[in-house]
Amino acid sequence: MLSLDLLPHSLTLATVLIILLKVVVIFVLGLVGTMLMVWFERKVISGMQNRIGPNKAGPWGLLQTLADGVKLFFKEDLIPDKSDRFVFKMAPFLAFVPAFLVWSVIPLGGDFSGGRDGSFSMFGHRTWMQLADPPIGILLVLALSSIAVYGVMLAGWSSGSKYPLLGSVRASAQMISYEAALGLSLAAVILVSGTLSTHGIVLGQSSVSRWSVIATGLLPFIVFMIAATAELNRPPFDLVEAESELVSGFNTEYSSIRFALFYLAEFMNTITMSGIIVTLFFGGPQPVRFDIGSLHVDPNLHLGVLSGTVWFLLKLLVFLYIYVWLRATLPRLRYDQLMNLGWKLLIPVALWWFIVLAALRIGDERTPRWNKGVVLAIGAAVFIAGATLLVVANGVARRNREREGAMF
Amino acid sequence: MSQFLREYLTVFWFAVLALLLAGLLLGISALVRPNKPTAQKLLAYESGVDPIGDGWSQSQVRYYFFALLFVIFDVEAVFIFPWATQLERYGTFGLVEMGIFVFVLLLGLVYAWRKGALRWV
Repeated sequence: MLSLDLLPHSLTLATVLIILLKVVVIFVLGLVGTMLMVWFERKVISGMQNRIGPNKAGPWGLLQTLADGVKLFFKEDLIPDKSDRFVFKMAPFLAFVPAFLVWSVIPLGGDFSGGRDGSFSMFGHRTWMQLADPPIGILLVLALSSIAVYGVMLAGWSSGSKYPLLGSVRASAQMISYEAALGLSLAAVILVSGTLSTHGIVLGQSSVSRWSVIATGLLPFIVFMIAATAELNRPPFDLVEAESELVSGFNTEYSSIRFALFYLAEFMNTITMSGIIVTLFFGGPQPVRFDIGSLHVDPNLHLGVLSGTVWFLLKLLVFLYIYVWLRATLPRLRYDQLMNLGWKLLIPVALWWFIVLAALRIGDERTPRWNKGVVLAIGAAVFIAGATLLVVANGVARRNREREGAMF
Repeated sequence: MSQFLREYLTVFWFAVLALLLAGLLLGISALVRPNKPTAQKLLAYESGVDPIGDGWSQSQVRYYFFALLFVIFDVEAVFIFPWATQLERYGTFGLVEMGIFVFVLLLGLVYAWRKGALRWV
């Protein structure tokens, strides 16, 4: 297994063709999607700010991103002489490649109508509309978002300049802080689905009442949404590139295509993170199927394999719009507020709810079943007791510090 | 080769392709862009004035605190994820066990909180 057997004989031509086809489709989809996302964001924000926005390049300004990209090709590429040249050149790759790789584990489509499992036939092989389905797919996403931190951090550090350095230390502290909350809310989804594979998580959410957003009790979704926004460095958590303080943050010294790679990665991350949210909490490519009591709604788009993709894109669009909306609406947080929100609210609440949820799940398995109300009441009591103790302890600690005359 | 490894292999080739794409973009750009560096252009940007002192200035030690705290919660994820997938197997015993684990973990966070390590002023 450890030999460098990268193209083994067991692979038939058909499997290789399938993989190649998927890679090409996802590649094109990723790039075109990112291009459209930039346009979408600019257009929607313009609308919210009573402006017209890009409208010259192509119909409705659709080709604006392409025009900007072409312009960046012809820009001089400057590397500051104080910079660490090797790391400076490596950082855009570290940001761009993980952003692209997340695409490989997102289920992008397939026919799930009428309880099918989303597989379809291609060259005589059953396959799924997702590039790869490693058994720990969702951990791969977490790992990739950790690597993306390196891209941002090293870019800022290697510039040898003050604004990027400030941006990068901010970025690293912010992104790792919220990654903890991200992982904890994700754990709640895994608790409900019982699998780490993205395809498995989608399969478990066959109707709206079984969507993780409802099955995990909404709280993990809220935590995940906030943490994901912070992880993406998007407003209102964009302290990494706060224009009014840090010029452009970690990418201040970058120009030409190296800057374009960061820019692409940023928008691609927005799309893939929305895709992850849809996959985890809203059933991915599953149709919006209601199955509550006597109410049965099973919409079928009659598009065969493509219907899953249509559902996925519709759900994705909702979240892309929400991200743009957040950017247009909310002012930027202060750094201490950002850290307080992450460490003092999101992490404790996510941990607490994770344990309560686990108790509820285990209580369902026992005979006799545990009373849900009692479990929730005990959970609430523990939370309130903990919070009260914490407030008291903090008061004592503050008084002690003041008596000793400590600086902080 | 097992299915398990093949999935990762696909991801690996995808990464190679992404690297190639980024390299290709840079390569094309290197062919068409102008390159006339002057000493002024290569100065670090500091809002239009000449940069003062070293670019690698000192930053607050607080960022480091948060990195340390993060390690605690990251290691915790290593325990929590496998348990979450095997919830039924360990039942009540697992729940109590995990409850104790999370309690000890939160104790660490509370300690840092009380010490003022989470304050940012």
